[in-house]
Amino acid sequence: MEWVNAVVQGTLLGGLYALFAAGLSLIFGVMRLVNIAHGDLIVLSAYLGLTTTVALGVHPLLALVLVLPVMALFGYVLQRVLLNQTLGQDILPPLLVTFGLSVIIQNALLETYTADPQKMDAGALETASVSVGPLALGVLPLLTFGIAIVVIAGLQFIFYRTALGRAFRATSDNQEVAQLMGLNKAHIFGLAMALALAVTAIAGVLLGIRTSFDPSIGGARLIFGFEAVIIGGLGNLWGTLIGGILLGVSQTVGAAISPGFQLLAGHITFLVILALRPNGLFPRISG
Amino acid sequence: MSQPVTITRGTSAARMAGVAALIIVLALVAAPYWAGRADMRLLGEIYLYLALATLWNLLAGYAGLVSVGQQAFVGFGGYMLFALTIFGGLHPLLAIAGAGVLGALISVPVAGLIFRLRGAYFAIGTWVMAEVFRLSFAQVSALGGGSGTSLPTDIVRSMADGRSAREALSYWLALGAALAVMAAVYFLLRSRRGLALTAIRDNELAASSLGIDIWRTKFCVYVVTSGLTAVIGALLFLQKLRISPDAAFSVNDWTAFVIFIVVIGGIGTLEGPIIGTIVFFLLRETLADLGTVYLMILGLVAIVIMLRAPKGIWGFLAERYGLELFPLSYRVRHSKTDKKRPGG
Repeated sequence: MEWVNAVVQGTLLGGLYALFAAGLSLIFGVMRLVNIAHGDLIVLSAYLGLTTTVALGVHPLLALVLVLPVMALFGYVLQRVLLNQTLGQDILPPLLVTFGLSVIIQNALLETYTADPQKMDAGALETASVSVGPLALGVLPLLTFGIAIVVIAGLQFIFYRTALGRAFRATSDNQEVAQLMGLNKAHIFGLAMALALAVTAIAGVLLGIRTSFDPSIGGARLIFGFEAVIIGGLGNLWGTLIGGILLGVSQTVGAAISPGFQLLAGHITFLVILALRPNGLFPRISG
Repeated sequence: MSQPVTITRGTSAARMAGVAALIIVLALVAAPYWAGRADMRLLGEIYLYLALATLWNLLAGYAGLVSVGQQAFVGFGGYMLFALTIFGGLHPLLAIAGAGVLGALISVPVAGLIFRLRGAYFAIGTWVMAEVFRLSFAQVSALGGGSGTSLPTDIVRSMADGRSAREALSYWLALGAALAVMAAVYFLLRSRRGLALTAIRDNELAASSLGIDIWRTKFCVYVVTSGLTAVIGALLFLQKLRISPDAAFSVNDWTAFVIFIVVIGGIGTLEGPIIGTIVFFLLRETLADLGTVYLMILGLVAIVIMLRAPKGIWGFLAERYGLELFPLSYRVRHSKTDKKRPGG
């Protein structure tokens, strides 16, 4: 039973990892940008959620009403002002600029909030659970998993059913031709980053309700998201969810074997997939 | 219009730099006789950072392998120094060499896996590897597990008699390692393989169409760099005498700072890491009291340089004045007019 429980809890944890990964996957898909600061942006969202709940006395989930648009706007401005300048054939500028950004965000958070671990108070939601047979499923993990499915379905819809998604795909396929067709590349990229950081805002707030966080944990969140993307296959949003679930299950099963083995088990799963299926399980585009 | 033409690598600036470098190196070698204890420690740290920066520059600036996970090999080298001396009973000097060999060996399967990732994803893949190393060493209880361990005093004593002799030895090792790494990279870049590497740096597609085996060239660079990085890691922790997983595999200490050094100094040049190291330590010694603000400034400077002067301080100077202190490129010299043109 312990193992079944580990697998179920891991699956639900995978929902959170899929949310970490979705934003990363989205911006890579549209503009081939890998954002090293992605994890730190997740943590930034968690802190924004914390400040909102403390300042306004609202429930953390309600704080999203404010955090989500703020992060989206931040994403748009960040892309237009900074990141658009780094895009081109050379992979160094985007990597190093987002790396610098990561250091800046991390230390700005450290300066503002200190290194003490923080947590958001979500009241009864944190401990509520429903029993399914012999298993007790937390309402929060279930909710997170549900949100992950809705977010990915939403992104999928935007990508393949709307004019904006068409613009994303067109720019991704061929930037020059898309420009000739009247699309403003800089604006499209700004919107893609805004959308990615909106997802990041959701991920960050859910992370902040689930566990305590401090400014230094961004790197590990980036790695989890990245592993989910690679396991699922580049450019495949539903694959990202599967990748997140596989990663989550590996971690909880690893933790059931030995507590020190939790994170290592996740990384090993990633490396095994990389060795056997270098393009992930369900690849759409080549990296 | 046939003019007598000679092709040379040397320039008068390079020759002058060579003489100046020789004098500086001699003065630095003698440092244990004129510098204080704290100064020597700082200088030792500077040399090791210079070596790390030179190695990362070879990897990212020449081979196009942008790694944010070189802390994997720094930490691995440090741990191998401890493991080989404590359990293997090796002399620390032998253990340092052993750490290098083992670092190169372990980088072979690592490269086999992460070379499957392209570009930026390669970068994050290296980071995952560093995490795997960190978590694995945290599991080894014989080496202190997650809280780490200290180098036993009898091993420290076995290096040399007396504290000042040990510190001098440790200093010379750091200086020697930095000089050896720079010499190794310099001669590698002047060699046939280095030419291939420079070609890959400038245009991968063109290099490949000229028959350069890109995968193999990059693989060799990765393995050599990893082995040497492990040696530097062993030396770093020989100075610290204490190791823990978080210190050994710190992304900030061994990768973020190193990247800043290279970016600020000038990526893809041999002179860049030297300038970058000097600037980095000047900033650190004057601004370190600011703590987090100092790191934010560093991040900001790196971003601004990457966007406004992507070749860094040295690239800017070299372009403006046609300088090259390490004679790597060929110059065509018309004997009559003595026009200099950088090439290659």
